[in-house]
Amino acid sequence: MPDPREVLRLEGLRKSYNIGKPNEVEVLHGIDLRVESSDFAALVGPSGSGKSTLLNQIGLLDSPTAGELYLLGQPTREMDDEARTAMRGRHIGFVFQFHHLIGAFTALENVLMPYMVAHGKPDRETLDRARGLLADVGLEKLGDRKPDELSGGQQQRVAIARALVTRPALLLADEPTGNLDTKTAAEVFGLFRRFNAEFGCAVLLVTHDPRLAETCDRTITLVDGRIESVK
Amino acid sequence: MWIETTIAMRFLRQGRAQTLLILTGIAVGVSVIVFVVALISGLQANVIERTLGTQSHVRIEAPEEVNLIAPAPPGTLQLLLEDRRAQALRPIVNWQQIRDVLDRLPGVTAVSPVVSGPAFGRRGDAVQSVAIVGMDLPRYLRVIPLDEKMVDGRLDIGSGNAVVGRQLARELGLRTGGKLRLDGGDGRTAIVNVAGIFELGVRDLDSRYVYVDLKQAQSLLDLPGGVTVIDVTVADLFGADRIAARIHGLTGLKAESWMETNAQLMNALSSQSMSTNMISFFVAMSVALGIASVLAVSVTQRTREIGILRAMGTRRRQMLMVFLVQGAVLGIAGSLIGALAGWGLIGIFNTFGPKLFYIPMPPGLVPASMLLVTIAGVISASVPASRAARLDPVEAIRHA
Repeated sequence: MPDPREVLRLEGLRKSYNIGKPNEVEVLHGIDLRVESSDFAALVGPSGSGKSTLLNQIGLLDSPTAGELYLLGQPTREMDDEARTAMRGRHIGFVFQFHHLIGAFTALENVLMPYMVAHGKPDRETLDRARGLLADVGLEKLGDRKPDELSGGQQQRVAIARALVTRPALLLADEPTGNLDTKTAAEVFGLFRRFNAEFGCAVLLVTHDPRLAETCDRTITLVDGRIESVK
Repeated sequence: MWIETTIAMRFLRQGRAQTLLILTGIAVGVSVIVFVVALISGLQANVIERTLGTQSHVRIEAPEEVNLIAPAPPGTLQLLLEDRRAQALRPIVNWQQIRDVLDRLPGVTAVSPVVSGPAFGRRGDAVQSVAIVGMDLPRYLRVIPLDEKMVDGRLDIGSGNAVVGRQLARELGLRTGGKLRLDGGDGRTAIVNVAGIFELGVRDLDSRYVYVDLKQAQSLLDLPGGVTVIDVTVADLFGADRIAARIHGLTGLKAESWMETNAQLMNALSSQSMSTNMISFFVAMSVALGIASVLAVSVTQRTREIGILRAMGTRRRQMLMVFLVQGAVLGIAGSLIGALAGWGLIGIFNTFGPKLFYIPMPPGLVPASMLLVTIAGVISASVPASRAARLDPVEAIRHA
């Protein structure tokens, strides 16, 4: 009987590149990890430790070589691209270091994008939710602007609203504040905190910043493709 | 499909300069296709109309007379010197039955039995060699619209009347209402009343043809009850050779289509058609390559956005559609503009051109060229589209 609070479970997860070639390299050497719906965790580690690779596995952007990754109790390693994409779209929200908005769409449309690629034209309820999210990140007046008419911090806040529009179970953030000044970074971090508390969505963020990691509930330290410590 | 179309349209609108450039390229290509095809088919229709205005599509005659060679006894070496037989005017045997069979033959729209042969036309001291053509007027008119070619008098060949060509009338000083003596040889003569004068526009015919009643011609040419030629019109102009072969098979008579009679013209026409098709093909191909390269550039430029869209749950198939739709939209929009421009060019040509002939707009040409270019657009979009669909989201997002 799966634990209803469990969002993510990794069992002996391994990832190798260039399999079968002379330059074959294993980046992740058997990762075991469990994330629950209330978790607010930081993933830290020196560069080259495999943080990004691990995040790509968890985000279902890539598939592990061995081991298993359960998302909401479902094993995902054997899934084809179609199923993986659907799972990713429905249950995972991404925030990247560089905001990565789609320049041809307005802020509001960018927020709606994960919903629209899965379900098509948004209904009134979804529109209201997206506007609500924009208001939550303090951009209710800027919904009609294109990304290039917004500041870096504003763009990152749109990206956070976008990550939450499908009410994902898990929010993944890769250096979400790495590109922002201290004040804006603190604001963005506050938003993560708020959504973790309000929506109960698990947050896993990759960061270089030890001060930021300290303010998280858990710190997962990755060294050379192994989990060194979980605090 | 809503979101795929929406993204495709936004991408096209965002890359405005590229989109406008390629649209212009497509439009130029399509207008060339439309104009050239219309010009050549108009030219061909004009030439065919002029040629077939005075000819039937299939001409049926009695088989030629040939020598029958008696077989030599066995063991003998037979050396043979053969002269071709003189081909006298020969009636078609059982032409009434053949006419009735042809009337029912599918693909045949008109059948006109004709008796035709040489004679002299005299007026006073002047003598001209003429061709007597005896026909059944209502049937003949369905093959050759002689009524449209009358320049004087009226088209009446009954009861001793005849119509003559303009050139002949000039040579013999004939006017409507005048008399013409026709001499078929061997003392067979008749005096006919010139009821009208025609001009077919072909000098040889205008200076020789004398149209009379079937009976009149039969008695002048000593072919009582017979006809020498059956003229046939067919529905499908370029299927005339098949119908001729069919008629030959059915009746054993000599049946010659207009395509055999005008072999050189046919050759010219088919070469023209071939070069038109080649021009259209190569223009469509360069349009397709243009679309493909613009979309390939777009896929490269948008690699990161494609990665983001994939991360947000966009399926490979949806990504493929986004770029296929762009190809289709470019094809449809560009070809619509191009077809209208081509139409405009034709209008300009008809109004300000040399005015030797009028180019009609072939009715299916605009949809056909739009379809051709749109399909070319989708096919050429498929290469960059499948590249977009295959992009690894991890790599794509990292792409600078």
